[in-house]
Amino acid sequence: MAANSVTAHSVATGATGPEPTRRDFLYIATGAAAVVATGATIWPLISQMSPDASTLALASTEVDLSGIAEGQILTVKWRGNPVFVRHRTPKEIKEAEDTPLSQLPDPATDQSRVKKPEWLVVIGVCTHLGCVPLGHQGPYDGWFCPCHGSVYDTSGRIRQGPAPRNLDLPSYKFTSDTKILIG
Amino acid sequence: MTGHSTYVPKSALARWFESRLPIMGLVHSSFIAYPTPKNLNYWWTFGGIASFMLAAQIVTGVVLAMHYTPEVTMAFDSVEKIMRDVNFGWLMRYAHANGASMFFVAVYIHIFRSLYYGSYKAPREVLWILGVIIFLLMMATAFMGYVLPWGQMSFWGAKVITSLFSAIPFVGDAITIWLWGGYSVDNPTLNRFYSLHYLLPFMIAGVVVLHVWALHVSGQNNPTGVEVKSVPKDTVPFTPYATVKDAFGMVCFFILFAWFVFYVPGILGDADNYIRANPLVTPAHIVPEWYFLPFYAILRAIPSKLGGVIAMFSSIAIFLFLPWLDTSRVRSARYRPVFKIFFWVFVATGIGLGYLGSQPPEGGFVIAARILTAYYFLHLLVIIPLLGLFERPRPLPASIADSVLASRASVGARVAAE
Amino acid sequence: MPLLKSAGLSAAAIFGGVLITATVLAQQPPHAPANEVNSDGHNDPVPPRQAWSFAGPFGKFDQAQLQRGFKIYREVCSNCHSMELVAFRNLADPGGPGFSEGQVKALAADYKVKDGPNESGEMFERPGRPSDHIPWNFPNDNAARAANGGALPPDMSVLAKARGFSRGFPWFIIDAFIQYQEKGADYIVGILNGYKDPPPPSVQLQPGQYYNEYMPGHRLAMPKPLNDGQVDYPDGTPTTVQQYSKDIAAFLSWTAEPKLEERKRTGLRVMVFLILFAGLLYYTKKKVWAEVVH
Repeated sequence: MAANSVTAHSVATGATGPEPTRRDFLYIATGAAAVVATGATIWPLISQMSPDASTLALASTEVDLSGIAEGQILTVKWRGNPVFVRHRTPKEIKEAEDTPLSQLPDPATDQSRVKKPEWLVVIGVCTHLGCVPLGHQGPYDGWFCPCHGSVYDTSGRIRQGPAPRNLDLPSYKFTSDTKILIG
Repeated sequence: MTGHSTYVPKSALARWFESRLPIMGLVHSSFIAYPTPKNLNYWWTFGGIASFMLAAQIVTGVVLAMHYTPEVTMAFDSVEKIMRDVNFGWLMRYAHANGASMFFVAVYIHIFRSLYYGSYKAPREVLWILGVIIFLLMMATAFMGYVLPWGQMSFWGAKVITSLFSAIPFVGDAITIWLWGGYSVDNPTLNRFYSLHYLLPFMIAGVVVLHVWALHVSGQNNPTGVEVKSVPKDTVPFTPYATVKDAFGMVCFFILFAWFVFYVPGILGDADNYIRANPLVTPAHIVPEWYFLPFYAILRAIPSKLGGVIAMFSSIAIFLFLPWLDTSRVRSARYRPVFKIFFWVFVATGIGLGYLGSQPPEGGFVIAARILTAYYFLHLLVIIPLLGLFERPRPLPASIADSVLASRASVGARVAAE
Repeated sequence: MPLLKSAGLSAAAIFGGVLITATVLAQQPPHAPANEVNSDGHNDPVPPRQAWSFAGPFGKFDQAQLQRGFKIYREVCSNCHSMELVAFRNLADPGGPGFSEGQVKALAADYKVKDGPNESGEMFERPGRPSDHIPWNFPNDNAARAANGGALPPDMSVLAKARGFSRGFPWFIIDAFIQYQEKGADYIVGILNGYKDPPPPSVQLQPGQYYNEYMPGHRLAMPKPLNDGQVDYPDGTPTTVQQYSKDIAAFLSWTAEPKLEERKRTGLRVMVFLILFAGLLYYTKKKVWAEVVH
């Protein structure tokens, strides 16, 4: 047993033998091939968990705005998350536009967050830990997150509470005066 | 054979850990220092290949389970979604479906290697019985897995095989209804098969651990069938010798595996399984997957329902008793000239039964299946016991080292003669 | 490194030889057994083997052929047969018919897709989108049966993999090594060219049944669907049943196996790698065992 262990050891390190360099090269090449094989096998196993082709193909949602009355918030599903489409009143627009940036934890102008002032489109996921905030609640009459008390204004900007960022904006475009395409 | 470990931890941390959980010592004694007969041939790499295939099946299976829906209206479509939309889904599915076949290829070779070299004989009876249990669990797992795509052959295969249990007197029908969870194969059946198909591979893995444990207690058999007499003379350490040899055998096997997965992924399957399951229409020919065909032929060879079921289950259960049916004191067919002939006849019988299992149960096929079934049992129950008593084996080498030196010498003599 | 060179060369030579053999055998439709005795003891002719661009280890779909096949599906087959598993977007996928995204959008918009319910709770129809699956003419199976004399036209998505025929012993073993996997496509071509009117006198047909040489049992509920000149080909391809049947069979082979090109391409890489890896391991094993008498 002991004799064999010694043999094994010397073989594995390639310290002895007639052509150590060729032997070392062979072992390194074989080991490298094994690493490549492992990597190439693992990649599909990881990749399979990313969104599949049908999920990617469905990543746009069309919303008809004509049925949303002033002051109303429509919640639509986009990529599995709620998107708030808020038909803002002139008062809400004014409050959002008049807020000085210095009062905002995550400063952003209202203009930078809307395409048309009366329509605010935000992803309805609290930037703290992912709950869905409640509309028309909280001190700014924007949104209030029931989970940990984050407060958003009528532009979806964070005002109080633990959330680090304003509500995120989806990419969307107006396909007509009364229709938007999200995604 | 494993003995106590010669592993010596190198660092203080390793020493600290080893004194609390000696797992490195276990790995070292089982897979590094473990003495392996130096004369093992490539038939001995199939145990490692089979273990690898089990691991591959579990990995691809867990991945497929992330995308599959076990519900009768959605199962077929969810499999097709895997094939069409999921990233590398086609690869996972084909690797899993053909992997099952490759697993059986490896295990069948492994089993016939045992039969040829007498590896089931004392002191390896428990090792062998654990192997038979693994084989039975594999069959159950493969059968239930085949039901999951919910095509025509899935459905009707499930119906026919579960109906075997209705052959049991008095309680058969009740057992079948219990298995189905209804009055036919339906959603409850699919759901439970899915659950069990996920569970059983882990049970197989558990039995494989016992199988390897038993192997490491008795040590490996070898082509001479002569036990290791001297560890330094007859054996080499598992690593690097067996490791690198197994790795080479494994990669060669992967070439065959890859051929099926990438070039002919559907050739082992049945076209009917791309038709959605229809409980009202039976396909013209119900054929199980190839690895079940010999047993299916035995089932159909017996002209009685209960008799066929008993014959089929006995054809596997009989192997549990093989260590005691074989009365020979010599293990390896190398030194058993008559057994060697009967071994190959038995292999041909198995292949013949497999062919007959794929053919319709009519005319000459049935007669042939009956003859081969009779011979199958005759071989195991009569020929094997009698051979051990009457056969005169050739003289055994004194040790593995002697046998190796003798074959070297004969090669040398031949070279010199030329 | 003469060692590695010879290993690489010999592995490449063996693999190359196998691939060439498989390619040649996959392209040439020679020795299909002409007649085979089926289970009923009758002679069922086996559909003749066709040459397919997508056969063999380097097989690729012919985009123009897939586009022609889609045209036939759209103008003829889709009147009765569904295509549930294929979405419009797939028509622009790599390895497919190669329509552009714009073409697919326009194509999808030509179809009416059922959607809903809307705010008032009603189902409505809207123009199709690329993400929609190709809709069917019939609302359900029974409606399709009622319109087709009681017979349900099968869904065509995986039809090319759901059909086949037995080539008998020893072909089922040989086929795995010569990569003959296009039996479904050959069968579809066979069926579309296998109608005989009037049928042989030995065969009695019920009303609504048609004689087909390659159908098991020879009785088929589908009347001859394609005739010469029925579908226009703007590119000048011959408008014959023989050509139509090959084009639709190729298209159905793609719908049944949309990842075929990716699979075969990946396969070549994997095979070359595995053979080199096996060669390296072989020599490593030899070196490791060099000092052991075994």
